[in-house]
Amino acid sequence: MSLLSIENLSLDIAGTPILKDVDLTIEPGEVLGLVGESGSGKSMTALTVMQLLPEAARARGQVTFNGIDILKAPEEAMCRLRGDDLGMVFQEPMTALNPVKTIGEQVAEGIRWHTGASRANAEDRARAMLDRVGLPEAKFPLSRFPHQLSGGQRQRVVIAIACALNPKLLIADEPTTALDVVLQAQILELLRELVVENRMGLLLISHDLAVVADMADRVTILRHGEVMESGPTASVLTEQRHPYTRRLAEASTHVPARPHTPASPNTEPTRLLEVSNIVKDYPGARKGLFSRAKPFRAVDDVSFSLDTGHAVALVGRSGCGKSTLARMILALDTPTAGEIRLAGENLAGKSQRELRHARRDMQVVFQDPYGSFNPRHRVERLVAEPLHLLDEKPSAQNRRERVAEALHLVGLSPADMEKFPHEFSGGQRQRISIARAIITRPKLIVADEPVSALDVSIRAQVLDLFADLNHRLGLTYLFITHDLTVARAITDEVMVMHEGQIMERGPTHAVLDAPRTEAARALVNAAPDLNQSLKKRRHLEAGK
Amino acid sequence: MSIDPTLHENPDEPHFLKTALTDRSFAIGSCITLLIAAMALLSFLWTPYDITVLTVADKLQGLSLAHPFGTDHLGRDILSMIMIGARNSIAVAIVAVGIGMGVGVPLGCWAAARGGLVDEVLMRFNDLVFAFPALLSAIMITAIFGPGAVNAIIAIGIFNVPVFARVARAGALSVWPREFILAARAAGKGKFLISVEHILPNIVALLLVQGTIQFALGILAEAGLSYLGLGAQPPMPSWGRMLFEAQTRMIVAPHLALFPGLAIVVTVLGLNLLGDGLRDLLDPRLRRER
Repeated sequence: MSLLSIENLSLDIAGTPILKDVDLTIEPGEVLGLVGESGSGKSMTALTVMQLLPEAARARGQVTFNGIDILKAPEEAMCRLRGDDLGMVFQEPMTALNPVKTIGEQVAEGIRWHTGASRANAEDRARAMLDRVGLPEAKFPLSRFPHQLSGGQRQRVVIAIACALNPKLLIADEPTTALDVVLQAQILELLRELVVENRMGLLLISHDLAVVADMADRVTILRHGEVMESGPTASVLTEQRHPYTRRLAEASTHVPARPHTPASPNTEPTRLLEVSNIVKDYPGARKGLFSRAKPFRAVDDVSFSLDTGHAVALVGRSGCGKSTLARMILALDTPTAGEIRLAGENLAGKSQRELRHARRDMQVVFQDPYGSFNPRHRVERLVAEPLHLLDEKPSAQNRRERVAEALHLVGLSPADMEKFPHEFSGGQRQRISIARAIITRPKLIVADEPVSALDVSIRAQVLDLFADLNHRLGLTYLFITHDLTVARAITDEVMVMHEGQIMERGPTHAVLDAPRTEAARALVNAAPDLNQSLKKRRHLEAGK
Repeated sequence: MSIDPTLHENPDEPHFLKTALTDRSFAIGSCITLLIAAMALLSFLWTPYDITVLTVADKLQGLSLAHPFGTDHLGRDILSMIMIGARNSIAVAIVAVGIGMGVGVPLGCWAAARGGLVDEVLMRFNDLVFAFPALLSAIMITAIFGPGAVNAIIAIGIFNVPVFARVARAGALSVWPREFILAARAAGKGKFLISVEHILPNIVALLLVQGTIQFALGILAEAGLSYLGLGAQPPMPSWGRMLFEAQTRMIVAPHLALFPGLAIVVTVLGLNLLGDGLRDLLDPRLRRER
């Protein structure tokens, strides 16, 4: 009998259908990848198994876990299951831990509750578990608080909580989406080891086909609450029998067509941006009334230059200083030392008034399509915001025309001007964000993880849009990303940043195919790659 | 997802007023508040009796059809006095909240926008004002500058300033790190423009809620000052002074104290309910849980 079997599961929440006739099974020691785009019902499937659905939800069908009928089980029975035989790992390690309790308490809590162990016993087990997930007590005592740990370490604590009682089934809902590639590789490796050690079933929910191909034995593809296709990972993802599977696979390896003709082919490339010896120190934490810890150097003597019309990726792990560097280029932060020249004009140390001219030439696109708009303004006002930089304020008529044109360029209709941001999907919002960035016809666009929050198919469209605008408007891009597939897809050159320094720079393919430095190699090795994972998995399946 | 839900409006949400009226405390609170306001407005046009005319023959009457709330020691109709007294209470509270918001909100926004020394100095000064019990200091101010409605208003208003400065600063600080502010800065907008265009609309909800609560406190403070004879001066009736005058006749005519007291209680209750309801309505996180 399967460990978990879901048959004909249908779910609606307050009358809205969420899942339709979902079937899936997981055997002990098996990893099932549940793939789908946002809103496909992946998380709701997981919450159904945990019986943590919202009040208004009604589930029909059959969910059997370890011989127990989950949908009919009373709440007390579920309480005994959750955290004991059923473990769950959430996406966001920043919010999945209670900030006022130590990590030891949080791991021991479940152990004490389920086994009735004494505090000392539970702490012993918690200690062993934390050691197992790579947080040995010598370096990470149980008395640490979550805020003293990094994102990857916190996710390890979350996994320790979920696996403390050797669950039979672990549900991991996008466990690595909030982490950079190197941490992602480590966390996935840890999950894989735990599965093998305990013959645990793992339901791995992800939107990332490469991660799933790397991890899962079998895969189930979900769309609009219905199962599109399921089967062994390698055959589903290589044969791509279902059109939706093919679309997903194509979108996740999508490379926009970029005609390699710069805007003016005959002229010498012109320097647009020149950054020289830039340094940014942040003051250290206050240690006493008058003493401070040593300042933290976020960006350490960085120099580089960008030519007009080029697209350059700045890649690196989280916390390597790439966003700080971007903020300094955009003059949102002042460098401690060094010079930034945009079209020959030095930006460092200029007043806001003097920067107006330069700001017109550089704009920014942020990662979060939800947070980057004032929710109380209409699109017209949002997109028109940078027009404030023009020396002459455009008339209302002219303003509307410009907004309409910018919206047209990013593939939205001028009628969208009257709407509020919440009326758009994530991909559309990112288009609005791009419209806002191009309305002053800037020369440089700095994009900070512009597609990481988007679904793969939408991501492909937005990348196409970036490539198209690069060609049509001759825009220069600086892409900040930890996702190497994005860098590969759309940039000419790559700079690898590590601990505040640029370690390596070169043509995208040269750097990513044959990294020369340690930092670049770590990134490239950790980055999940759909085709390579599939190749490996085919070998495995053939070997069996 | 790591997205803060508070500021995202749900497109499928029914119209604000519709949700609002299903919220019990909001519905009751706004009814009471509107009723008191209507009473005060009506008193400009019509009151059952003219309270400047003293008919001593009718003094200290109990409840009757002619005088539903009875009469006081000078034969004035209590209902009429309460109606006119409402004007005074509301006017004092409105102006006092106005002073508090008008000065406090810009200060709070300024502190949040500038940070550093400006923030530190402003907030420490805030603490200083907070350290004095508001009513006690209001008594001090009116004692120095002389009793009267205007001085009472100013005194109450001054102690509203730090409250609004605090709330505005806290709200503004939570909006500043958001990406749309960064986008506005990249669009070259200065701190002043950003505060007006982006910060204020996002903290209006907070300020409204605090406003209704301060309004209720203002009415209480005014009643307290008038009770001590430091608020509105005779012949202008005020709820607080009516209480004071009733005190010596508590045994003979308890209704003299009862009705102005009730007026204060009901008004403050109504405003507090309104504030509670507003907070629940404007904070989607609380709304979802109910």
